Amino acid sequence: MYEGVVQDLIDELGRLPGVGPKSAQRIAFHILQADPADVRRLAHVLTEVKAKVRFCKVCGNVAQDELCRVCRDPRRDPAVICVVEEPKDVVAIERTREFRGKYHVLGGAISPIDGVGPDDLRIAELLRRLADGTVTELILATDPNLEGEATATYLARTVKPMGLRVTRLASGLPVGGDLEYADEVTLGRAFEGRRLLDV
Amino acid sequence: MSLFRDDGIVLRTQKLGEADRIITLLTRRHGRVRAVARGVRRTKSKFGARLEPFSHVDVQFFVRGGELVGRGLPLCTQSETIAPYGGAIVADYECYTAGTAMLETAERFTDHEGEPAVQQYLLLVGALRTLAAGDHDPRLVLDAFLLRSLAVNGYAPSFDDCAKCGMTGPNRFFSVGAGGVVCGECRVPGSVVPSREALELLGALLGGDWETADACEPRHCREGSGLVAAYLQWHLERGLRSLRFVEK
Ligand SMILES: [Zn+2]
Ligand SMILES: [Zn+2]
Repeated sequence: MYEGVVQDLIDELGRLPGVGPKSAQRIAFHILQADPADVRRLAHVLTEVKAKVRFCKVCGNVAQDELCRVCRDPRRDPAVICVVEEPKDVVAIERTREFRGKYHVLGGAISPIDGVGPDDLRIAELLRRLADGTVTELILATDPNLEGEATATYLARTVKPMGLRVTRLASGLPVGGDLEYADEVTLGRAFEGRRLLDV
Repeated sequence: MSLFRDDGIVLRTQKLGEADRIITLLTRRHGRVRAVARGVRRTKSKFGARLEPFSHVDVQFFVRGGELVGRGLPLCTQSETIAPYGGAIVADYECYTAGTAMLETAERFTDHEGEPAVQQYLLLVGALRTLAAGDHDPRLVLDAFLLRSLAVNGYAPSFDDCAKCGMTGPNRFFSVGAGGVVCGECRVPGSVVPSREALELLGALLGGDWETADACEPRHCREGSGLVAAYLQWHLERGLRSLRFVEK
């Protein structure tokens, strides 16, 4: 244990995802030894990001305004929606330059054992977007692991009565992995070869 | 440093750091074991896919000390698939929610890591095989698994003879606290009177009589599920998180 504010810093850092107690301590001491200007800049962007960045009210992606960059772009095809788990998946798919439609960010995947069910994700918002008939294809790009597959199964079943074309990214993605770790070529290929889901 | 090898069902996976996972398994010989699988979230090998929930795998563990469960988590260094139940289960949402409740139940009944729980292990393997085969209603497969899990852990409910005095059944009253059905003499406040069909169903599920269970009407199945859930919650300290997501 360290004194007062140093320990507070270690505790706060330790609450970040993927940061264990040892890493938290290492980062804390890095900050203690860093140039004051660097630390001020870090503190500034942390405050800025909370003050300025919000979530797109249509798709749930990160946005600087009410709508995200993709939703604001009139060249994007409104007839195709690609469903992903997290905003970082939007970034991964945008890198492939393979997709010209819009996105819907669920905010996670269905995982009953962790207490996350369909109502905890932005599924009701998705169904509202599908209601007016503009969308004709739904691409399910949830992670290629068990929770991602379960979420895709649930969505395919839920939208079935709407008569949309529902597709899932082709295999070839690292099964059990996170979408964000797929390289551009693999992810691009998975998009091209997406398969029709029939539940 | 020691190597251990065992086969087991993956109960749960949790993200660890950048690309690793902590895998919780129910193993044949070492009970519940947690181990670290490195790089599985970004690897292109099939290693990660093998270590997904519902997978029945043959695993090699590497530990610093002489015991599999002790100080520090073992590393999972190799795995071979025995049966990939996840694929079939996840393709059907009802199966998936029922299966997840089974995994959580198995985890909860094996509180002490490293303590063999071979009966619970065999029950889980059998139940997942049945669920993946798709021959029975997933909810029935789940209820059968829950009842038998209660039984192998020393909480066998009675659906025929009185749970208190042993009076030959059928008996009408049901009380989770008393351990199942009770006779008119032994009934306790708060006892309920389930339908005869629901009690027959639960007896059939506990005994493995699928012919009777499959023929049961949906409303009696629902009633039976309610009784099983109440009985299970009584014996587990905390409720099961996944049970409320199981589709009726
Ligand atoms: Zn948007
Ligand atoms: Zn009695």
